[in-house]
Amino acid sequence: MQKRTLRIYYIIFILISLAVIFTLFIKTFNENLLFYRSPSQINAGEFPENYIFRIGGVVEDGSLDKSKESMNVKFSITDYEKSINISYNGILPDLFREGQGVVIRGKLGSDGVFYAEEVLAKHDETYMPPEVLDSLKVNEKALQDTTRSMTIKK
Amino acid sequence: MIAYIGSFLILIAFMNASLLVLSKPVLSRVTSEYDSLILSTSKLQFPLTFLAFICLIFSFLGDDFSLRYVSANSNSALPYFYKISATWAGHEGSMLLWCLILSFWMFMASVYSKSLDKQFRLKFLNIMGLLNIGFLAFLIFTSNPFEKNISIPIEGKDLNPLLQDFGLIIHPPMLYMGYVGLSVVFSFALTCCLQNDFKPEWAKWIRPWALISWSFLTLGIALGSWWAYYELGWGGWWFWDPVENASFMPWLITTALIHSLITCEQKSMFKNWTILLAIMAFSLSLLGTFLVRSGILISVHSFANDPARGAFILLFLFIVVGGSLLLYLKNASKMNDNTSFDLFSKESFFLINNILLVTATFTILLGTMYPLMLDLFGLEKISVGVPYYNSVFLPIMTPLVLLAGYIPILFLSKRKNNMTKHFFMSLIIILFFSLGSLLFMTQYNLSILLGVFIFMWITFNILYDLVTKYLNTKNIKTLFSNIGMTLAHIGLAVFILGATIVENNKVEKEIILGLGESVKVNDYTFLFSEIIEYDGPNYSAIKAKFIINSDNQFIANLYPEKRLYFSNDMPMTEAGIEPGLTRDLYVTLGNLISDDRWSVRVYHKPLVRLIWLGALMMVLGGILSVIIRKKHKKLSTQV
Repeated sequence: MQKRTLRIYYIIFILISLAVIFTLFIKTFNENLLFYRSPSQINAGEFPENYIFRIGGVVEDGSLDKSKESMNVKFSITDYEKSINISYNGILPDLFREGQGVVIRGKLGSDGVFYAEEVLAKHDETYMPPEVLDSLKVNEKALQDTTRSMTIKK
Repeated sequence: MIAYIGSFLILIAFMNASLLVLSKPVLSRVTSEYDSLILSTSKLQFPLTFLAFICLIFSFLGDDFSLRYVSANSNSALPYFYKISATWAGHEGSMLLWCLILSFWMFMASVYSKSLDKQFRLKFLNIMGLLNIGFLAFLIFTSNPFEKNISIPIEGKDLNPLLQDFGLIIHPPMLYMGYVGLSVVFSFALTCCLQNDFKPEWAKWIRPWALISWSFLTLGIALGSWWAYYELGWGGWWFWDPVENASFMPWLITTALIHSLITCEQKSMFKNWTILLAIMAFSLSLLGTFLVRSGILISVHSFANDPARGAFILLFLFIVVGGSLLLYLKNASKMNDNTSFDLFSKESFFLINNILLVTATFTILLGTMYPLMLDLFGLEKISVGVPYYNSVFLPIMTPLVLLAGYIPILFLSKRKNNMTKHFFMSLIIILFFSLGSLLFMTQYNLSILLGVFIFMWITFNILYDLVTKYLNTKNIKTLFSNIGMTLAHIGLAVFILGATIVENNKVEKEIILGLGESVKVNDYTFLFSEIIEYDGPNYSAIKAKFIINSDNQFIANLYPEKRLYFSNDMPMTEAGIEPGLTRDLYVTLGNLISDDRWSVRVYHKPLVRLIWLGALMMVLGGILSVIIRKKHKKLSTQV
């Protein structure tokens, strides 16, 4: 009899700890999801407020403004529909340049400027991040414009 | 010409593998001699693929730009050793490498399987032959490295500068040796399913193969991490990138497998479970290939995207994984499993080890696959942040590594019948030493204490176990037969120590420096003294000279670089690193701010080398246990 009650307690203990672990797990998972948005979506108000998320697009020609004193950089990215201003303080990746597809992680400020924590432009000068490519596909003509200046690696 | 021979050899290899698989169903009605055909074709596969691979290497060395693969991945100005490594730098070549290694493992399996029952051996080689056919078909129909260009370019596009590096010469072959080595374990497990049995002596036969694959996998992952550390230019050693996860998941499952195989061998337990682990391990390495090669994940590993390839691998994955799981479900229940064991026994702890490792694998699988699934159904584009992995993976791993240090004590005390005394004794001693070691550190917190504690806990207990075993038997053989296991576990402890300290105590500064200016990081002064311009074989570069002093003592000169590769106008950052067992000093150039002023990254990374040293110890431990087992066997058969 005593052995049986012990076993029941044992099972209850395991079930409760499993439930706690599972809840914590789901919570952590949800908190660490990074959403991806295009400039047009942000313009339409479709973005998670006060959350870190990622945006992507092509760095607009002539928009790059580097400070001569600090690591501050301002530029804008576009999906050829809408564009959005980015402010970043840090070292830009080697492949960062105007006309390049980039993905940026950060927060949207109340002034409409996206404050970047990390700028990614990876690996290959002809490479276009898949997310950026997808948001450009919405606008076929824009895509053709981009392909002219940049061969998308197949 | 060479390319035609290579093409032809691949076709011959394909036919050879088909012959291997078809010989039994076709010939068994006519003659009973089909078994020698199976054995010889399984050995012939390796030389055939090897020669095809040599042909591809020669096409690269001879700058044969009439081949599309060569022109896309090489350039006449490329140094010859990178021309050789370019052979497996792209998709097509790395698939040929995969086939080569698969045929190599089949060769080894064919040579070393004489001790197995004849019917078992033939079935086993048949399954390996099927895998060979699958991958060769993939190579021939979707990614032939010997495919011709429509018009022959005068110059090749060049190898991606990131891949022009020693680490990348050896990383893929080592990783593939591990990935594909699991195919031996997988085929073996399926044969067991077909035979409805998993005998202890079979577990004994397959364990060295699992250990060797595990060692190669460890080495491959460590090399990838080391490469990322010095080449990607910001000093991280693990990124939880989907491609890294793809190699880490099979590693975790194989780790579980080599532990559960011990129980299979010694107690004839966990048979079903072990077979499932073997199937999972290889399935995950196939999934890894699918993720990397289909172009779903874009990273340095995905060189080209082709939907046909993705579809082929997905179909292949579906057939292999689905088929083997069906076979498993149908047959595994027929195996007799000895299921009763004590709560405080080695078996129950191996079970906990397995559960934790599999759970960890599934949390990584979720983080890797969930974004892909959402994207596939067009629901949402997301990615899973690094904090998820850290906050889920570490709590699962902590009890696991504590357990790794606990098991030796448990069994020592069982022999002496006072386990609580031993447990608390070692706990107090180790806690005392780990608290004491904090006195030597400038910075500490709870996670450092935990890391140091785990390091000492594992090392002390594993060594104590080894010494006691030796003293109990007074036989030098016990020392030898346990040395591999001991070394691998201490390797794990060393890795944990390095990872904890570097993640908690590293100093990373991003600042702007002009010529003649200096920055102080901990006790080290970095003086930006010079800018040098020079030309490399296929690039031009700007090199900065940093003089490092500590307490007015000269330590080293570091030369971080910015390179511009001619062939594709691609910029690259090369870090300047002063390595040391206790700390690494790491400098990279960022962007030019104005005139001679640069933004730079200056890092101090304490004990970062222990991460790879620990991994190397694990590799060595794994290999030693295989070699010593073999020697042991020879000795025992001679006696």
